[in-house]
Amino acid sequence: MTDIKVTPLGAGQDVGRSCILLQMGGKNIMLDCGMHMGYNDERRFPDFSYIADGNLTESLDCVIISHFHLDHCGALPFMTEMVGYSGPIYMTHPTKAIAPILLEDMRKVAVERKGETNFFTSAHIKDCMKKVIAVTLHQTVQVDSEIEIKAYYAGHVLGAAMFHVKVGNQSVVYTGDYNMTPDRHLGAAWIDKCRPNILISESTYATTIRDSKRCRERDFLKKVHDCVDRGGKVLIPVFALGRAQELCILLETYWERMNLKAPIYFAVGLTEKANNYYKMFITWTNQKIRKTFVQRNMFDFKHIRPFDKSYADTPGPMVVFATPGMLHAGLSLQLFKKWAPNENNMLIMPGYCVSGTVGAKVLSGAKKVETENRQVIEVKMSVQYMSFSAHADAKGIMQLIQYCEPQNVLLVHGEGVKMEFLKQKIQQEYGIDCYMPANGESAYIPCKPVVPVDVSLSLLKKEMALYDTVGAPDPKRPCRMHGVLVMKDNVLRLMEPEKAFGELGLNRHAIRFTSCLQLRLPGSASRAMDQIQLILNSQNTNYPVKPSEEGVLNLESVSIKMESTDKEDRKSMMISWALQDEDLATWIMSSLRQVIV
Amino acid sequence: MKIYSLGANPNKPCNILNFKGVSLMLDCGLDINSALHFLPLPLVASKRLSNLPNWIPKDAQDAALLDGELKECENRVLVDGPIEILPPQSDIFDICDVDTILLSNHACMLALPFITEETGFKGRVYATEPTLQIGRLYMEELVNYLERTPKSQRANRWKQVIQSLPPPLSGALRPNDWKKVYSTKAINASLAKVRMVGFNEKIDICGALTVMAVSSGYSLGSCNWIIHSGYEKIAYVSASSTLTTHPRPMDQVALRNADLLILTALTQTPVANPDSMLGEFCMAVASTLRSGGSCLVPCHPSGLLYDLFECLSVHLDNIGLSQIPLFFFSPVAETSLAYSNIFAEWLSSGKQSKVYLPEEPFPHAHLIKNGRLKHFPSLHAEGFTNEYRQPCVVFCGHPSLRFGNVVHFIELWGNHSNHSIVFVEPDFPYLEALAPYQPLTMKIVHCPIDTSLSFTQANKLIRDLKPGNLLVPDVYLHPPVSAPLRSDLVIQELDPPALGMKSYQVLQLPIKRKQEKVHLDPALASRLEPIQFKTGLSASTLTGKLDARDNKFTLKVLNEEEGGTLYSAAERMLPRHPWGSVDTTQLLHLLSQHGLLDARVEDTPRGVVIHLPREDTVIQLEGSNTHVYCHDEALRRTLRDILLQCLPCL
Repeated sequence: MTDIKVTPLGAGQDVGRSCILLQMGGKNIMLDCGMHMGYNDERRFPDFSYIADGNLTESLDCVIISHFHLDHCGALPFMTEMVGYSGPIYMTHPTKAIAPILLEDMRKVAVERKGETNFFTSAHIKDCMKKVIAVTLHQTVQVDSEIEIKAYYAGHVLGAAMFHVKVGNQSVVYTGDYNMTPDRHLGAAWIDKCRPNILISESTYATTIRDSKRCRERDFLKKVHDCVDRGGKVLIPVFALGRAQELCILLETYWERMNLKAPIYFAVGLTEKANNYYKMFITWTNQKIRKTFVQRNMFDFKHIRPFDKSYADTPGPMVVFATPGMLHAGLSLQLFKKWAPNENNMLIMPGYCVSGTVGAKVLSGAKKVETENRQVIEVKMSVQYMSFSAHADAKGIMQLIQYCEPQNVLLVHGEGVKMEFLKQKIQQEYGIDCYMPANGESAYIPCKPVVPVDVSLSLLKKEMALYDTVGAPDPKRPCRMHGVLVMKDNVLRLMEPEKAFGELGLNRHAIRFTSCLQLRLPGSASRAMDQIQLILNSQNTNYPVKPSEEGVLNLESVSIKMESTDKEDRKSMMISWALQDEDLATWIMSSLRQVIV
Repeated sequence: MKIYSLGANPNKPCNILNFKGVSLMLDCGLDINSALHFLPLPLVASKRLSNLPNWIPKDAQDAALLDGELKECENRVLVDGPIEILPPQSDIFDICDVDTILLSNHACMLALPFITEETGFKGRVYATEPTLQIGRLYMEELVNYLERTPKSQRANRWKQVIQSLPPPLSGALRPNDWKKVYSTKAINASLAKVRMVGFNEKIDICGALTVMAVSSGYSLGSCNWIIHSGYEKIAYVSASSTLTTHPRPMDQVALRNADLLILTALTQTPVANPDSMLGEFCMAVASTLRSGGSCLVPCHPSGLLYDLFECLSVHLDNIGLSQIPLFFFSPVAETSLAYSNIFAEWLSSGKQSKVYLPEEPFPHAHLIKNGRLKHFPSLHAEGFTNEYRQPCVVFCGHPSLRFGNVVHFIELWGNHSNHSIVFVEPDFPYLEALAPYQPLTMKIVHCPIDTSLSFTQANKLIRDLKPGNLLVPDVYLHPPVSAPLRSDLVIQELDPPALGMKSYQVLQLPIKRKQEKVHLDPALASRLEPIQFKTGLSASTLTGKLDARDNKFTLKVLNEEEGGTLYSAAERMLPRHPWGSVDTTQLLHLLSQHGLLDARVEDTPRGVVIHLPREDTVIQLEGSNTHVYCHDEALRRTLRDILLQCLPCL
């Protein structure tokens, strides 16, 4: 019995900084390498010294990144270039394409805006991405001779994947973030019945059965519509990738349906480029978008046009998507400054904001906000927080457990209290163990490995044939199999005893028994033999006894021979057998005695 | 293991491999060569074609029977009727028993609707996403071309007098099995059965086999298949390319050390080098354009076409002919071009890296944006007349020249010597394709490009892969008919000799299975008490309950109450397996301990005999053989246990 050890370096009873260390079969695998957006000190990166002091290459066999969100990949350049790791890193093609852009974006904010030092550089990001091996869905990737990984669709963002990691006979599924219901542009997560030892699942919405997403969407659309109807301007600060595209699709279709005329803009640059990624990786979007992309690529927006700075002062209603998402710099902040004092306008924050940013201040209800040059802005515009993040809810998590039938579940990426609730539910409903280690705490999960054995086909066929002769499989009568298991250089082979002795270089010792059996049977010697044959065959029709030569009956190594007969019909029989057929011979003798004597 | 051949064209393969009780159909190729026996189907009635004279047979009776079904053009006899094709023939194997169909690439799957919709097929079909999508385009184009030029009257009577017809029609293969092409409905129903797989995705087949698609480098998403039983490995290699074009390179490592390598769909143009042909193609087009003529390039709507666009546009740029428009006609032109740009994960790393920028991987996306490449579903499509100007290059199908927009262009340009037709697709012999259009004045250029393995490349590949056995279409073991003296254009001799697969035949394959995988339940495994013989070598007897589910075996603990062996009344005893020889002194000591004190030992030439006169019992000891003659069952069991005590046992 070997344990699998799981240690969260981040995301243990917490959201943010996902980084989970997995140890199984003597291999060390890191699942995600995220940063915490809520911290500005060393706590924002996982504590890599837990793994090793200094270079990690020796201590880690591979790193797997589930998707491009920074709380899942944000610490990667720090780890590879500053701590030191040159081993393999795996992620999907879209993640590999998009992650460096988000990393660069974040780096700029941290270094250029906040003036942080000791942060990774653009060159670090580039060098880090060179170490990445891109994988496709369902492809079996052989990391080394023992580790095998396979990606499944997770539906959380473009390119998000769950990973099945297999070492020898043990396996673990890590979900990353996933979504079990298809949304506007992505499909639902899917996995096959891979029966892992452990399912490591996110549990952001561990206790919620979320209201229908349609309701939240309707709410969002109504607010935007009301605002433009009264001539207001709607500002939606976004990060270039992910939610921005979903909101664009949402507004685009609504505008078309309602025949609205108010212009929608997005900031030229990153978002346009981002839409291009979606166009190229359309095979990662949902069924509907893929089906119609030739006639109309969903990401070619008709109503959404590039924004020009001069439009900021254009009177009349408009909707503008602008980066960055936390209002800490750039165009989104400029527009905010311009539009905030007007109560007709509206700010919609579709995502999380790090404390200290203008976005966070506004969201917490501040009516006066001070910006970098001590300028104080009065916030009169209405402020709305709209969460569209695509995570599985409790129902979805239970569904995924049903899909892949794990032996154990381990929860990460959620709040401890909520996890506890879900844990109870999982244990009750599926009767399997559920773990929820905190950061830095290791969970040891005992695993009963199923041992694979090579069985000689001749032995298997012989035993199956014996079983098959009885006709339809009978659940009460199991197919018994007997052989000798030879373990040579960690290879297990099950074979016939004769072969095993050869393999072991031993001389088999043959023991044979001969007994005399007195029976009372009328008639001549040959008639008596016929009768014995009849008796034996009537008791077991599927395994007939056949006479091999005159006066001798044979069954396996058992032979029955008529020795003598006398006037009182006493027949003397010699029965002879080898040790391995002891039970057969015993059965023959007892059935003959029962019937005849 | 057996293989059944259902087709005659090694480049449009369709074979069934029977292994471990599973029937796998390897590819589902459709040979469209029968179309060459028919008259072209023009979009608008062609005076020339309808005025072709009836072919007059020698026998007047035949003439009456034929009733103008056969026409003659420049000494070639052609059938005037709806085009028919020969689907794979299943007379040697019942398709109902096929468990799974594995598809290698879009060009080897066009018979799928015939198989899945017109037989009792109940199994599953696997293909990569690009293969599925591009295959669909080929099927839709084929059906679209044939449906928009319908011919009502089937031409069947000529088949009755086939022996008296002149060649090549007299040599038509199995004309009575020819069928009309499938419908759009059949395409949709058939392709709905296809499950998409990724490269290197392990797929379980009936629990007995694992199959895996690995890149073959021939076209977008094209693959070879690895079939694994857990012990035996079979590599099915169909249409592979080691050249650097747009698809992901061929994965050769995965094919190594197979017990059987099945190799098919090698190049159809063994004497032409694809690289120099591509150069010739560009030169031929350029020289026609320079002299003011236009070029007609009959082609399929995907695959090679993307490379042609790329190379030709660069070539024309280099010689200052950038202003020449390129037209691409196909009912699936738009879809084909759109799809080519979303399959980044299936492309060569060079093309793939463009997507990270993000830019379209193929330059034709740019050619479309700047208006150099224009595509239309057909000649009647809106906008074409405004755009049309000469000289130009026209890419259109079908390469058989029997249907599609190409028919119109040959009729239009055929009598002008400054135009040219440039053959690049290798599927059809170009002179036969041109037969119904003769005499032609336009220039004819033949530079067939087939990126599939050449014989040299195939022989090298075989040497590298070191398969246990090699199976190839029988024709690959002899020089091609077109070059009978080129003994280098064969699969070289091997040890063991390559097996030749003949059309429509069954072949027994020399692969014998010896082992099977069984999983030991942890509870049973923990009960084992192995004896160690030396480091790394130990053994133990094992008795368990064999559980077979979905062809997967598990050994579990055999519970007492579950009865025993077949002989349910018998004493249950787990067999023990002694070895070595009996030490007489020890045996005598044990006998006396059990109160058997009258043992008398007698030496024999081969060992000793122990007599127990009071019990009427004899024990014969001869090296590794012991024979006990005893008629008292209780005593015999005691003796058995004593003997087993004297011997080491498993």
